Amino acid sequence: MLPVLQIGPFALQTPGLVLLLGLWLGLTLAERLAPRFQSDANALYNLSFTALVAGVLGARLSYIIQYIDAFISSPISLISLNPALLDPIGGAAIGIIAAVVYANRVQLPLWPTLDALAPLLAVLSIALGLSHFASGDAFGMQTNLPWGIDLWGLKRHPTQIYEVILASLILWAILPPKEGASKPTSELVGGTFWRFLALSAGARLFIEGLRGDSITLDNGIRTAQIIAWAVLAISLWMLNRRKSKKNNVSHANALHTDGEPRIR
Amino acid sequence: MNTILEKYRIPIYILILGAAWIWFSAAPAGSTTSGEIPAPQEGFLAPDFTLQNVAGETITLSELRGQPVLINLWASWCGPCRAEMPAMQRIYESYQEQGFVILAVNATNQDSPNSAAAFAVEHSLTFPILLDVDGAVSGLYRLRSLPTSFFVNREGIIEEIVIGGPMSEALLQTRVENLLEEAP
Repeated sequence: MLPVLQIGPFALQTPGLVLLLGLWLGLTLAERLAPRFQSDANALYNLSFTALVAGVLGARLSYIIQYIDAFISSPISLISLNPALLDPIGGAAIGIIAAVVYANRVQLPLWPTLDALAPLLAVLSIALGLSHFASGDAFGMQTNLPWGIDLWGLKRHPTQIYEVILASLILWAILPPKEGASKPTSELVGGTFWRFLALSAGARLFIEGLRGDSITLDNGIRTAQIIAWAVLAISLWMLNRRKSKKNNVSHANALHTDGEPRIR
Repeated sequence: MNTILEKYRIPIYILILGAAWIWFSAAPAGSTTSGEIPAPQEGFLAPDFTLQNVAGETITLSELRGQPVLINLWASWCGPCRAEMPAMQRIYESYQEQGFVILAVNATNQDSPNSAAAFAVEHSLTFPILLDVDGAVSGLYRLRSLPTSFFVNREGIIEEIVIGGPMSEALLQTRVENLLEEAP
């Protein structure tokens, strides 16, 4: 665990630093892969930047609205750089709304754009696991397995490492084939995004069961697993739907091709 | 019906497997260790300590159970620590009567008792300034950067850690109000 990196007088918070690095690497990768998803790299960058800026400003705004009295008595806190004065859920909601508005305005196609964003999200998932490892958050349950790690007073499942491994495998699984490869990704538009979502939900469903900090219902069922299961169900349904559509189109094309010689 | 089952066969198997895992991995009582093990981490019991303040009085953290506590690790030479102290004092004055306590633990092994005492007088600080002469509490709380603050609830569990500073007054106020709102 290395929650703080002290460089001279500066105390850099490692988890935040890792997430920023992940964002940069993810954006670079997404931009590079955008053409393979029939997506425009510049538009993708602008979309991500818009969502990010709106998300950060929205997170502060949402926090201010919730605790308006505190800011009335201390207006200087409005411009405090402390990230503890951000509301992550409010920020995420406003970031997504801003992205949708921007995408509508420049008329970005929905599914190719979501496909092109999947590598960015996958890299961010890896960075999130690493940031958990740096901070010691998202820790595991007690275990006697040989690869358990000593953390917070017990030998525990290294759930942060599981997160990184599974997120890396997901990134590998969703990477599109190289240009010129025999199977173009355009065959299943939107498939990469839903595959990413299904795999990520599956990974969360599995890892959450080994976590030592889960929020549970009265019967011990972990709430994050229920949400992950629902996301998995929706993703699998959407993947199946797109696969059926693709098959129908392929079948129609085949009939059309088969019929051509007879017309002639 | 059969066509639907055939079409969604694999997804259905996956979802059944997922549901089984949810059932099998349900957290048994005591499997989540929050509040039982002392560790300087959110969700864990704040490690107990006994220190003397600048006046020589002894204060033990566990004796404050039932009251929300802010443990602030600081040093008089640290700029951000100095910057956040006036806001801490104002918040202490506002919420002291409701049971809120601040324990300002001076990392005396990196500072000096005289400097800590002089700083408290200079800024009219009325909350306890504790002297961690041998660095034991800094070690117990895995201090890596000054200042570091631990918001501890009435049950003695760490609710939030703020590394670095200065903490703004709004941040202090919102966190303290949240701690006080929790039922005793």
